[in-house]
Amino acid sequence: MEAVLQISFFFCLLAAGYFFGRRAEKKHYQSIFEREAALRYLVISSDRMPPPEYLKHHGELVCGNVVISLDYFKFVAAGLYQLVGGRIPVYESLLDRARREALLRMQAEAQSAGADAIINLKFETSRISGNAGNGIGSIEVLAYGTALIPKTP
Amino acid sequence: MNKLLISNIEVIPGKKTVQHLGLVQGSTVRAKHAGKDIMAGLKNIFGGELSAYTDLLSESRQEALDRMTEQARAIGANAVINVRFSTSSITAGASEILAYGTAVVLEDK
Repeated sequence: MEAVLQISFFFCLLAAGYFFGRRAEKKHYQSIFEREAALRYLVISSDRMPPPEYLKHHGELVCGNVVISLDYFKFVAAGLYQLVGGRIPVYESLLDRARREALLRMQAEAQSAGADAIINLKFETSRISGNAGNGIGSIEVLAYGTALIPKTP
Repeated sequence: MNKLLISNIEVIPGKKTVQHLGLVQGSTVRAKHAGKDIMAGLKNIFGGELSAYTDLLSESRQEALDRMTEQARAIGANAVINVRFSTSSITAGASEILAYGTAVVLEDK
């Protein structure tokens, strides 16, 4: 009896993770696409030196970060993928979303500072273990770079 | 007091480095209270962004930067270049944020 209860609890969690996680991911991608289209004019590059046309600009550090969490379905699916090895698509989409979101936040900060380019972009990813100790938890992605702001004459 | 220039590139357009003053750093260790951790645990079932943690980390990153600039100001720098961030989790629920860079004196070209 107890085993049945445990198994049904597990499937409830799995179903909740699947439905809510999918919906959240879909919505998130939708908003990422929209904002990316709006911010496309802001050039991001990983060059360490400013391009010649930006030599008269003023530089300032900008950063954007996001903490994003796995849902229960993905957690279970990733465990299964790890048995056979190879790609783990559920993690790939999570990291892709997080990285693009961090970039967008950094771009938004640069935009409000009046910048027109960002150079020397760096990413940093770290794992945040919540209260669960060895559990999955979530990842943090930080994007930072130097925003180039035109000097007002 | 005028604002220190912080940047993660080595050559600042329109300025020249006249003096290198060495490495400066700032770090902070923070944790969220248990209630927020429980909420985050629930989010692990449904997925999505943990905005409490996002805020926590961006606040602590700001604090690390502030401590770094304070140190730079104390040794007489007017800019910190080549700034890097680093994050590590110390125990479950707490993380350390470190910001470091080179303190320099810049002059207009």
